[in-house]
Amino acid sequence: MNNTPLQVSRGSRASVTAMFIGLIILAILIAAPWWAGRADMRLMGELFLYLSLASLWNLMAGYAGLVSVGQQAYVGFGGYVLFALTIFAGVHPAVALLGAGVLAALVAIPVATLVFRLRGAYFAIGTWVVAEVFRLSFAQVSSLGGGSGTSLPTSVIKSMASGRQAREWMSYWMALALAVVVITSVFFFLRSRKGLALSAIRDNELAAASLGINIWRTKFLVYVVTAALTAMVGALIFLQKLRISPDAAFSVNDWTAFVIFIVVIGGIGSLEGPIIGTLVFFALRETLADLGTVYLIALGSVAIVVMLKAPQGLWGIIRARWDLQLFPLGYRVHPPSVKK
Amino acid sequence: MIWINALLQGILLGGLYALFAAGLSLIFGVMRLVNIAHGDLIVLAAYLGLSTTIVLGLHPLLAMIIVIPLMALLGYILQRGILNQTLGDDLLPPLLVTFGLSVIIQNALLEGYSADPQKMNVGALETASLSLGSLSLGVLPLLTFAIAVAVIGSLHWMFYHTALGRAFRAVSDNQDIAQLMGLNKRHVFGIAMALSLAITGIAGILLGVRTNFDPSIGGARLIFGFEAVIIGGLGNLWGTLAGGVILGVAQTIGAQINPGWQLLAGHLAFLIVLAVRPRGLFPRMTG
Repeated sequence: MNNTPLQVSRGSRASVTAMFIGLIILAILIAAPWWAGRADMRLMGELFLYLSLASLWNLMAGYAGLVSVGQQAYVGFGGYVLFALTIFAGVHPAVALLGAGVLAALVAIPVATLVFRLRGAYFAIGTWVVAEVFRLSFAQVSSLGGGSGTSLPTSVIKSMASGRQAREWMSYWMALALAVVVITSVFFFLRSRKGLALSAIRDNELAAASLGINIWRTKFLVYVVTAALTAMVGALIFLQKLRISPDAAFSVNDWTAFVIFIVVIGGIGSLEGPIIGTLVFFALRETLADLGTVYLIALGSVAIVVMLKAPQGLWGIIRARWDLQLFPLGYRVHPPSVKK
Repeated sequence: MIWINALLQGILLGGLYALFAAGLSLIFGVMRLVNIAHGDLIVLAAYLGLSTTIVLGLHPLLAMIIVIPLMALLGYILQRGILNQTLGDDLLPPLLVTFGLSVIIQNALLEGYSADPQKMNVGALETASLSLGSLSLGVLPLLTFAIAVAVIGSLHWMFYHTALGRAFRAVSDNQDIAQLMGLNKRHVFGIAMALSLAITGIAGILLGVRTNFDPSIGGARLIFGFEAVIIGGLGNLWGTLAGGVILGVAQTIGAQINPGWQLLAGHLAFLIVLAVRPRGLFPRMTG
């Protein structure tokens, strides 16, 4: 036996390479207005928004064990707050976007204290009830169009930027920026002390609690932060759609079912999973969307098969095969090299 | 008087909600599984009833003779084929698999029956009513409530007075010991799901004769059933009936105040119970 201490590291050659490639891709994406067509940019913008929603849902379900089927509550809330702030208070859309995040965090605090009383699967349905309450409440607000919804006035649209092209570029960059903000904040959160606590809770709640981690507070923080960021994504979604209605804003299919499928197929409980899942989801959608309901049936079946046969998703398969980790989160132990 | 009327209608409506909830409550009690597809299965049963009445020309209530065994069979196959594989310590697989099933059922119904609202016609029974002074109670809602009481009563009896009920309670308490005592838990779970979906069959038909239905309404039915379970308290079947009644009354009273508030009032009643009595009004077990 030799006494060389074991080496522990977080980063690896793969993660450094991945960071450089990631930065290059980011630069290419920022420059998209100069190389991509309008339809492509619109599609990519939507992709970034779904990527953000998926990363956030993954933070809750994959790391904090909070499986919510009611995140549409915050998507819709963010959209409605953006409309209300820009129409009634004359706030600039970019400011209203931040306002949506702040207000959603404030709303999420009492909601969390209530739904956290439900455990596990009942928590999931409880969040759905909350989303229904939001939908029915906003449908009662007649100044926002009640049940049939409302459109963003042209004056607000024009205040964003002058000219249609500038507006399209602007909303593309905002979606990209938001996706980058979401992924980096999830990454740094998971690397922080709180993130370590979260991983401990995920692995074993009882053991985590006995080490002095306040489980309730950690989950509460995740829930509130996720709500705020989800609302900002929602605000941006409806800023692009220019029209909002309760059924579209609080759609469980659009803002939760798809997001869950993305995360499950890509790989739950990893940062890479939602990215792969989003790419797969959009690739499938662009090729099979004409099939309509059959496409959704296929998506549901694929998600069930993945959950049963490969619960770690596509990224789990890749990670097991090549021992890869693109985001340096976990720690690795390097055994001392055997000397001959 | 309109308030007493709203109260009575709400109580009767609660019977239907208790039927939505009973199947959900049963499988949660036996195997701690929360079936997100429960609401869509209720709607599926309603459509099966519709097809049966059209193809065989049966009265919708008689269609239960066909729909209930079909749903029970589906439940057993579903449990043994898919859901048993998801049970374990991890919460995610059952939740996400039943969520996937929910999306599949909903879209399959959309594909097969289109999005047009449907309704089953029960002829004279639909408008028949009993008058109590100046109040009148529909025969159909009364019948629904009576069926709900009968279903919950027999579930209760089955749980505490039959060999099957003993098996359910045994696997619920400790799966491994039950297995050692010669119970095949996979089969017991299959039977529990078959029973749950049989009740879903009854609930689906009664839903289909009461109101219009279309493939998208499953989610809301799941929520109503879930709220009834939580209001009543986990693991208490009579509590579930009480929970259904409270939800139904909250909805009809809300609708009496303002037609737009019907659903909102029901959800608020649920949230108030959750805030004041997080374990429900009559809890029997911990979640």
